[in-house]
Amino acid sequence: SSDEHKLNFKKSKEACLNYIQDAMLQKQWKRAAEFLTFYAESLEKDYSREHIGPSEMIWRIGTEILCHHSHSSMKEFSCFIEQMKTLGVKRYLKVCLEHVFHLLCNGQIDEAYQSLSLAESWRFGEQTAIQDKEMKLIQAYRGLLDYYSWSKQKNILLEHGLDGFADLSVEQEMHSCFRKAAMNLKEIIKIPGVWDLFVKCYVDLLEFYGDHNEAHQVLNEYAYNSRFPANPNAHVYLYQFLKRQGKSKKSLISALKILHDIVPSHELMIDFNTMLQKSKKRKKRRLGLEVIFAALDYAGSKENVKAWSCLARQVKQIVISEKHLDWIKQEWNSRKDWWPAFHFSRYLAKRNWQENKSLSYEKALVAGILLGKDCKYFKYVSHQGCKAQVKRFRMLKKFVNRHSPVYLRISG
Amino acid sequence: RDFNERCAQCSEVNWGLTDGGRYYCRSCHNVTERTREVVNTDFMTNSRVQTISKGLRKQEKTDGGCEWYVCEGFQLVLKKQAEALESLGVCPQMKDEILCNFWRCYLQKSKQAYCNRPAGETVKALSVCESSTDVDSEPERPSLVHSLSLSESEGDLQTDCSFASSMSKVSESTSVYSGSVDGSLYLMKNQKEKLRMTMPMTLSFCYMALLWLREPITLSELLRFVVEGHIPYLNIFQHFPEKMKLCGLDLKIFCVESWPVYEEVHNKMLELAAFLELPRFPDITDSCFLHPDMLCIKYLMEANLPDELHNWTCRVVKKIGIGEVDFLTLVPGNKSTRKVKYDILAAAVIVVVLKLLFLLDDHYEWLLSDFAEERNKNNKEGGPYFELKKWYEVVKHSLDVEQKKLDEERAKYVWRCEKPLFYSVKNKSKVLKRRQIVVNLQNQFGKLSGSVRRAEKPNPSSFQLSWSEENTDGSCFHGHNLKGILQEKSGLLKAMNPDYWLCTVKLCNEKLCGHLAHYREVDFPQSYHFVLRLFSFLLRIPPSYIHDEVCMIEHKLFNKKLYKKLKYNTVLRK
Repeated sequence: SSDEHKLNFKKSKEACLNYIQDAMLQKQWKRAAEFLTFYAESLEKDYSREHIGPSEMIWRIGTEILCHHSHSSMKEFSCFIEQMKTLGVKRYLKVCLEHVFHLLCNGQIDEAYQSLSLAESWRFGEQTAIQDKEMKLIQAYRGLLDYYSWSKQKNILLEHGLDGFADLSVEQEMHSCFRKAAMNLKEIIKIPGVWDLFVKCYVDLLEFYGDHNEAHQVLNEYAYNSRFPANPNAHVYLYQFLKRQGKSKKSLISALKILHDIVPSHELMIDFNTMLQKSKKRKKRRLGLEVIFAALDYAGSKENVKAWSCLARQVKQIVISEKHLDWIKQEWNSRKDWWPAFHFSRYLAKRNWQENKSLSYEKALVAGILLGKDCKYFKYVSHQGCKAQVKRFRMLKKFVNRHSPVYLRISG
Repeated sequence: RDFNERCAQCSEVNWGLTDGGRYYCRSCHNVTERTREVVNTDFMTNSRVQTISKGLRKQEKTDGGCEWYVCEGFQLVLKKQAEALESLGVCPQMKDEILCNFWRCYLQKSKQAYCNRPAGETVKALSVCESSTDVDSEPERPSLVHSLSLSESEGDLQTDCSFASSMSKVSESTSVYSGSVDGSLYLMKNQKEKLRMTMPMTLSFCYMALLWLREPITLSELLRFVVEGHIPYLNIFQHFPEKMKLCGLDLKIFCVESWPVYEEVHNKMLELAAFLELPRFPDITDSCFLHPDMLCIKYLMEANLPDELHNWTCRVVKKIGIGEVDFLTLVPGNKSTRKVKYDILAAAVIVVVLKLLFLLDDHYEWLLSDFAEERNKNNKEGGPYFELKKWYEVVKHSLDVEQKKLDEERAKYVWRCEKPLFYSVKNKSKVLKRRQIVVNLQNQFGKLSGSVRRAEKPNPSSFQLSWSEENTDGSCFHGHNLKGILQEKSGLLKAMNPDYWLCTVKLCNEKLCGHLAHYREVDFPQSYHFVLRLFSFLLRIPPSYIHDEVCMIEHKLFNKKLYKKLKYNTVLRK
């Protein structure tokens, strides 16, 4: 097209940008750097109508190149970032933050801390208010670093404490770190968002200083406040806290309930089932069965002995009591079409037997009940087990044979 | 035209202009001493005339700058460009006489500077001005404008009301801010009326002068030299003297951010020639560089095609009459004839010849090539037969390499120069700060790019692709012969290929849609596209330009057949 031949500043720089992108995709950092030198002068032209201006482009591209280029150093990087900070006041705090992340990734904690402190003191008219979110993040990360300092000092004290040697200045500093950290962390977790790391650290601080109520409240807010995005980890943290605090089974169960809804495959489901199985309430036990079946729907749990043992235990218990067989029937209904191939194939029988006898035992029990004594899995494993003269397998065979009518009632 | 005196020798009134800008009688070739001058006395009644005399002009402003007018700026530009051309080998006459006269004529016609001087005196004054390299050293800074003023009546300050008031307008309002005195006025002027000067037009001026002198530089070459930096264009303000401060609206006038486009420069040149009421340009004869026969030699060489093809290009040129003096020579203002673009025309002729001999339908040419290859196996004596396939491979490879280089060069182009520009004093510090950051970035990433900073710009050369006969790898096809594709019939050499396909059956109306045809790559054979691409690269123009010319040539060549066909069609309809 004749347009290609009309060369002007804008087109020339667009082409330049394309070359930079190509070079970066092919990890040719020298070449990318070379073209960036020619792109640089677009800073002198007004691009206010473009979505992303050259200053942002240069910041992002330059960062990538400096990160990957073999000859670049942290010092050069910092020098580059300082220039970038002056280029776009609307991005100032963002640039600061990303610089901090970069420093942290390179283990330069002290420099990161300094950067954060500096950024915190930045003021620029109405921009300060506009960039309020970034400012909160900066404060939060400084809080985080304060937490790590606190943690280090705590460990020092604990060690020396054992020696009977107490250092007052370290202790004071530790408390001061605590105050700084707590203040900043508290602020950020008020804002709806995903703040796992901050929450964990804050709760750790609170627990250490004995403020369990506050900790509990924080975790509750984090897990149950609908303004916050759904976050499985929030429930996990709450559960772990309650467990540490030795709270009642009831509260533990209620903490895990939502987790079951959000992430049925979570590893905590095993604990959940264990608790539910033992409950006196029928509803809870019913839920327990649902929970463990759901957990085993996922490939990740396929070889989880504990999960299978939970299911086996509960199924066995139901069969023996001859009550609530319909529970099993209900759960099995939606699974009978695909669980056999998923869990109980002959191939898996062989493999499980070879690799993990306990696993095969638990699974064989479940298979025997759900699919009958003639199913591939049970037949193979029990045969192998009896051949090897392992006692429990003989017991298993007897058990399943004795309760074989159950299978008919379940499958019917 | 405006010179109506009778010739001293033969009493005829039949004047022409010599190369030196002097009137000569066409009937008896008597050369006068009269040069072009404005004979009309409209200036007295025209209230818009700007007369600048010494008294009004303030030499020094507070910031060390002086007053300068936009046309002075352009004059400087032209001077620099002419000097560059001179260093490229153009004769000095171009700068000292031709360009100078054209410019003066333009100033007169556009009434940017009133001119009424006794004959003979001006030329001297102008050449002093034009050839003085050190404008700053002159204590009184005699500028063109100054020397054009009424030297006798210095005493009468021709303070024109409108002029004085416009002066104050400039200094008062900040929105029409410019370093030059008349920057804002300049931009407000009605374009159509007076052919306002622009940067691309400087190249039109240059080309016009080159054409007048029939120098061996085509427009495409001129533009290429501009892009390659051999002729100042981009950032030309670097060459302005310190005193001429450029800011505000001046930037809009003098700072370009795009490369000149062939068509634009060419059209403006034609407009300019008509505006200046120039007479018929010096004849383009068959010994001129710009004649298609000559240009074809150059392009055939550059395209690595056999010299023998030149016979064919000459035949085509002769057959359709595009080698005629009257066809080729520019007559300004004559709207009826299509204006010749010499370089594109020559390239198009070659394309047509290739189509005649090879058909280029993505099929036949390869058959011919295989045929030639076979014959070459047994060919012991005489030169090798030309095989299109081999040629294609060699040339395509080089073309791709060069095109890739060119594309990268374009992406790496440095538009800004060290001398910073600011729109106003207010944003000066911001501009300087930015510049500093840019320089820092360039240094930092320049070090990381590993390679040495680009070498100086390459020497200007007329040939972009060169092929040497001395290469033993057979990559030069100049000496190959066309026997493989020709046959002899009754003493004449004819092409073996009996067919031809027209690029288009009907030509568009150029005046309406700007083109004779509309080229789309997908509509045509790839071989044809390749050939267009080759010349498109050499001339740095879009393939569609060449395609247009090819269509034009084909319609002239096959005029009779087309005419017959059209006539037949109309008869049928009746």
